[in-house]
Amino acid sequence: MFGFGILSGLVFLPLVGVAFLLTLRGEDEHTKRNARWAALITTLATFLLSLYAWSRFNPAISTFQLVESKHWLGNGLIYKLGVDGVSLPFVLLTTFLMPFCILASWETIDRRVKEYMIAFLVLETLMVGVFCALDLVLFYLFFEGGLIPMFLIIGIWGGPRRVYASFKFFLYTLVGSLLMLLAIMAMYGVAGTTDIVVLLHTHFPATMQRWLWLAFFASFAVKMPMWPVHTWLPDAHVEAPTAGSVILAGILLKMGGYGLIRFSLPMFPDASHTFAPLVFALSIIAIVYTSLVALVQEDMKKLIAYSSVAHMGFVTMGLFAMNQQGVQGAVFQMVSHGLVSGALFLCVGVVYDRTHTRSIAAYGGLVNRMPLYAVALMVFTLANVGLPGTSGFVGEFLTLVGAFGANSWVALLATTGVILSACYALYLYRRVIFGVLEKSALRSIPDLSSREIVLLLPLGLLVIYYGVHPGAILDMCAASVDHLIKSIHVAASMSKTAALAMR
Amino acid sequence: MPLTVAIVHTLPEIILAAGALVLILIGAFAGERASGLVTWIAALALALALLSTFGGGASRTVLWSGALVDDAFARFMQMLALIGALASLIMAQDYLARERIDQFEFPILILLSTTGMMILISANNLIALYLGFELMSLALYVIAAFRRDDMRASEAGLKYFVLGALTSGMLLYGASLLYGFAGTVSLAGIAAAVHGHASIGVIFGLVFLMAGLAFKMSLAPFHMWTPDVYEGAPTPVTAFFAVAPKTAAVAITVRVVLTAFPGAVTEWRQIIVFISILSMAIGSFAAIGQSNIKRLLAYSSIGHMGFAMVGLAAGTAQGASGVLMYMTIYIAMTLGTFAGVLRMRVGGRYVEKISDLSGLARTSPVMALFLAIMMFSLAGIPPLAGFFAKWYVFNAAIQAHLYGLAVIGVLTSAVACFYYIRIVKIMYFDEAAPGFDAAAPGVDLVFVLSSLAVLVFWIFPGPIVASAQAAARSLF
Repeated sequence: MFGFGILSGLVFLPLVGVAFLLTLRGEDEHTKRNARWAALITTLATFLLSLYAWSRFNPAISTFQLVESKHWLGNGLIYKLGVDGVSLPFVLLTTFLMPFCILASWETIDRRVKEYMIAFLVLETLMVGVFCALDLVLFYLFFEGGLIPMFLIIGIWGGPRRVYASFKFFLYTLVGSLLMLLAIMAMYGVAGTTDIVVLLHTHFPATMQRWLWLAFFASFAVKMPMWPVHTWLPDAHVEAPTAGSVILAGILLKMGGYGLIRFSLPMFPDASHTFAPLVFALSIIAIVYTSLVALVQEDMKKLIAYSSVAHMGFVTMGLFAMNQQGVQGAVFQMVSHGLVSGALFLCVGVVYDRTHTRSIAAYGGLVNRMPLYAVALMVFTLANVGLPGTSGFVGEFLTLVGAFGANSWVALLATTGVILSACYALYLYRRVIFGVLEKSALRSIPDLSSREIVLLLPLGLLVIYYGVHPGAILDMCAASVDHLIKSIHVAASMSKTAALAMR
Repeated sequence: MPLTVAIVHTLPEIILAAGALVLILIGAFAGERASGLVTWIAALALALALLSTFGGGASRTVLWSGALVDDAFARFMQMLALIGALASLIMAQDYLARERIDQFEFPILILLSTTGMMILISANNLIALYLGFELMSLALYVIAAFRRDDMRASEAGLKYFVLGALTSGMLLYGASLLYGFAGTVSLAGIAAAVHGHASIGVIFGLVFLMAGLAFKMSLAPFHMWTPDVYEGAPTPVTAFFAVAPKTAAVAITVRVVLTAFPGAVTEWRQIIVFISILSMAIGSFAAIGQSNIKRLLAYSSIGHMGFAMVGLAAGTAQGASGVLMYMTIYIAMTLGTFAGVLRMRVGGRYVEKISDLSGLARTSPVMALFLAIMMFSLAGIPPLAGFFAKWYVFNAAIQAHLYGLAVIGVLTSAVACFYYIRIVKIMYFDEAAPGFDAAAPGVDLVFVLSSLAVLVFWIFPGPIVASAQAAARSLF
């Protein structure tokens, strides 16, 4: 329509919902209900549209598809959207998780409902935009624009320390991204355009690559988050409302990993090789250290937040193994973690809505009153641990295989993280679900409502489905990842020959 | 050159000067009751002058024996200054009436000062530069202290006048040094004289000239007056100070360094880089502790002028167009923010504490939304216009290999971000303070228009970018 394609529709459809919400007036029950339904319908429509985009997508082709391009700022800055096998899974993940977020906030968010829904829909636009953008400035626009709605979501609807958490989230991410912005300008200076497709084929000088790589890494490492710049994440997670945590863990963290695949690896292959040991070291520290930190947490959300940092460590490790298994595993791990951690935060939300505490010590023996909940939490806990048969296993296994191919010591050390994750996750499960139900507040706690079952069931089924049939995601990204690996190795051998010729 | 051609090319100046003279007559005969009429005629004169800056394309005409030049750059900057003056005047009317200082002199002084800006922007030699500069400044001194019974306003006016007179003298001294060493007052002549080797006298002249201009742009270390004047002057006057004179001063600074000193780039770049870094740092750090919103905006504008100078430091056409983009967006953001400040009125009294904005999202959600848009835009968060402003200046600096300046710049902008989002926090996260009274239609008009401009700039930025680039090219 008007020369715009499906992806533009996908990016801007949520804004249509926003426009409708803006026409609503008042704070009464009727308005709130309208706002909730409008947001739900919008996110569902966006999801359906993304399924349609998927049906038009040909996984056998490694280049960008559904591309659309328009004149924008001029001087080589264009409005260009497109997806390939690496970005499409994230687009689908985003549009899939959004209706769950709206549903998860159905009853818990009771004040400023309209504004809340607007913030989420704007956030959806920006997140889908990040994964579809094929122009660096456009990417940056969406990437950084996402800070505004998330800042407001944490700050307005968050917990007691929401102000501290929202500021920390905002400023941490901003400083990282600003350095990336300068790197984008420097790349623009070399290539004369910010078209990602052109930049993917531009060779940057080796020393320049190192600076650019570091600048991009500063942004993505904060976003992932990697040790030692992960400290904003536990705070943000603990204070954010349930749906905010779901989005944070499910999508926003994945932007960092996506950025590494899309930019750092293919555009700066030489620097990626140079810095791979650094990334391995940081990943291993993240995996082992944050797992240990997770073990001693007293707050359920904080524990899951630290486990997210550990799982993202597997992603970075897999990516910088720079082989087929590692990168595909990283993509798979990110999608899987998006589902699993999202579901875990929803599970925490379920009991938090009933008791208004996230302290692990306040629970115990829930299995007596909430058998359905116990089952749901078990599925997701085991998926988080990486039990074979769940999606968590596939991602961890592939990244470890990839890492083993690159450096067996890295794989060895990272594998201890798998054991540690079993420790903290099962320990959490035991303390919350099993034992004697002796807390008076829990004596009359009701089991999952039908709305909560609707929330958790699809996620549980998907987690198991991807566990036994990982091809569904792996095939989608195979061609693109293959292309990526080849181009990295071509670039590496080219610079090696150049170095030899210099001698 | 025939007189008619010269008149056509100096229409903005002539319209404003003639308008001011006519209005003085009207005011003298009709007295105080004419203040409403005078305001509207003044607004009409500004609008006509604005219209006369449109068109012209890439033509470049030197007029009045080389005193003035009419080129795309001048027209672009005149347009900005006129928009700023017009919007401030529209916003001022209601405020002045409520504060009972709506004398008919106010619009006239705005017109005279704007006339000075027009001359300053299109100045082609040092004499015209000084004439425009002084015409602008003298009117500004008076309107800074326009609420003469108020202690703070008088202090602001006096401080502004004393410091302004000092820097004016410095500027004149610099101009005389330049004349002495270059043997000419024309900018092109100076360029020819200093080409390749800038003598020590020329450098001294340049430094003094820059000091005078930096004062008007409120660049550190000549920024001391800014917080006091911003706080003390009536709010619409502050809005006027924040947009129009700064636009004119930036315009002439860009013109002087790029057309008169293209042969001394390393020399003037040092100055620009220094004041730019200092301004960005002071603007970012000093604003953190402020509790008065006008003082905060004063430091914010110091920082913003520092950012604009990052583009000038590049010294390229790209950098110049970056400065133009920056000023365009800065004007939209500043006018919108000051319209927001003018809406802060509780029980008929104007308030200006940041804490008065507490919980604005409850009491007045639309105003809170628009003000939040302004704050995020001032902080440079995409997709709002403020981001593109920063993109253009920093991009120019990176292409000119000024990496250190760019890195310091973005880091200070991250610091500055803190106090902008603190205002958002106060409006959205805190408990509600008493709500504000309904605002005047003129204020609301400026508020809504500039907010929308900032919000949707990214959808259709092409024409503005193209005309800024055309304007910048006319200097090279």
